[in-house]
Amino acid sequence: MHAPVSAKAVVSLSNVHKSFGALKVLDGVSFDVGPGEVTAIIGQSGSGKSTALRCINALETIQEGSIHVCGHAVHDPALDRRALRRDVGIVFQSYNLFPHLTVEQNIMLAPTCVKSMSKAEARELAREVLARVGLEAKAEQYPEQLSGGQQQRVAIARSLAMKPKLMLFDEVTSALDPQLTGEVLKVMESLAAGGMTMILVTHEMAFARRVASTVIYMHQGKVWESGPGSMLDRPQTEELRGFVGSGL
Amino acid sequence: MTYEFDFSVLLPFWREFATGVWLTLQLSALATVLGFVLGTLCAIGRADGSPAVKWAVATYVEVIRNTPLLVQIFLVYFGIATLGVHVSANMAAVIALVVNVGAYTCEIVRAGLESVHKAQLEAADCLGLSRVQTYWHVVLRPAVERVYPALTSQYVLLMLASSITSQISAEELTAVANRIQSDTFRSFETYIVVGVLYLLLSFVVRAAFWGFGMVVFVRRRKLGTAL
Repeated sequence: MHAPVSAKAVVSLSNVHKSFGALKVLDGVSFDVGPGEVTAIIGQSGSGKSTALRCINALETIQEGSIHVCGHAVHDPALDRRALRRDVGIVFQSYNLFPHLTVEQNIMLAPTCVKSMSKAEARELAREVLARVGLEAKAEQYPEQLSGGQQQRVAIARSLAMKPKLMLFDEVTSALDPQLTGEVLKVMESLAAGGMTMILVTHEMAFARRVASTVIYMHQGKVWESGPGSMLDRPQTEELRGFVGSGL
Repeated sequence: MTYEFDFSVLLPFWREFATGVWLTLQLSALATVLGFVLGTLCAIGRADGSPAVKWAVATYVEVIRNTPLLVQIFLVYFGIATLGVHVSANMAAVIALVVNVGAYTCEIVRAGLESVHKAQLEAADCLGLSRVQTYWHVVLRPAVERVYPALTSQYVLLMLASSITSQISAEELTAVANRIQSDTFRSFETYIVVGVLYLLLSFVVRAAFWGFGMVVFVRRRKLGTAL
């Protein structure tokens, strides 16, 4: 019924079903993401896009179907979650930095705990990833001293420090004003240009159109339409036309 | 009615008072450290344990918080003796105080744990941290920092409540005072001195907690803001 799992796909969802009680959130979702691809998932609130992203990272369990991520069978109850975590980074809408740690300590925590890196190595790594998001000068500051955009860039750097093969972005700019959104998107665009495989749930249509190799429009728990960014200029369905139109 | 105050008769006993103060400090410090560990483990158990653990912790907390400390002290002191184990009065006092303050600590720390947002746990999980690592690095420090003033008050109370252990003749400050007043028949003067000494001890304990907090909660020291 659906295409066989592509051997080289980094992420592969096949006929995924997920309900919260009586509420069907994902209703037979299938899509693949190849290495180096940037996939943008768009859709109204409640369309299941964030849930799909959370399922990929095993933050939600699915009732039916299969999810393969970097060689891990995520749908399998015997999944080694910590092994999956080493391959997948995720950035949240609310940043979720640790408030009692400095920017640098936030970044160093996982490499020292999970990869048993020495403090000195981890500090060097922290400086390196902070440079990639343009925040080397903020290493000694605490999250509350930074703007929302800066906090989100630190959250991205914290994920990058674990050298993930796949990065997930869950509406990472939704809490930011346009200027701060711009600085976060710039970082994401440079990651994409560097060949990072990324899946982002976003409301930034212009960004999706420009940067994404594939755009997926979700509606009522289904992949309603998908294609290259240019698909947004010629919606095939009434729903996507309405969704794109409402954004103007 | 006149009363002639005479504190001079107490002067020869200054060494006894000092020993009492020192033992009160030792008892309180030991009970504070052990009680904090016990209470924190209980709080984690109650927040995150199996149903059996949750039930056991809840029962412990309710029993301790709804019975008098003096009864608990007697139960520990005579209970242990009945089991045929010999412990000194001082040791029995520490055990009783730990059991007592552990229950109160549990409730205070639990409030702190609940104040840590679930999203923090999710972020730690997604970075690959284990449960123990998450508790140690991400949950406990902010949790304890938020309830630190309440903990400080609780441990000052503990220090003052340690006076009750004089009832099983642990040789802390109040027990020393009891002995001195019966030797000198100067009860009023003796307990005035003891009262002042407890007041000073409270200041010392509060200052120690403040200093410890400044060392441990670095962010608070640097920014001076609440978490």
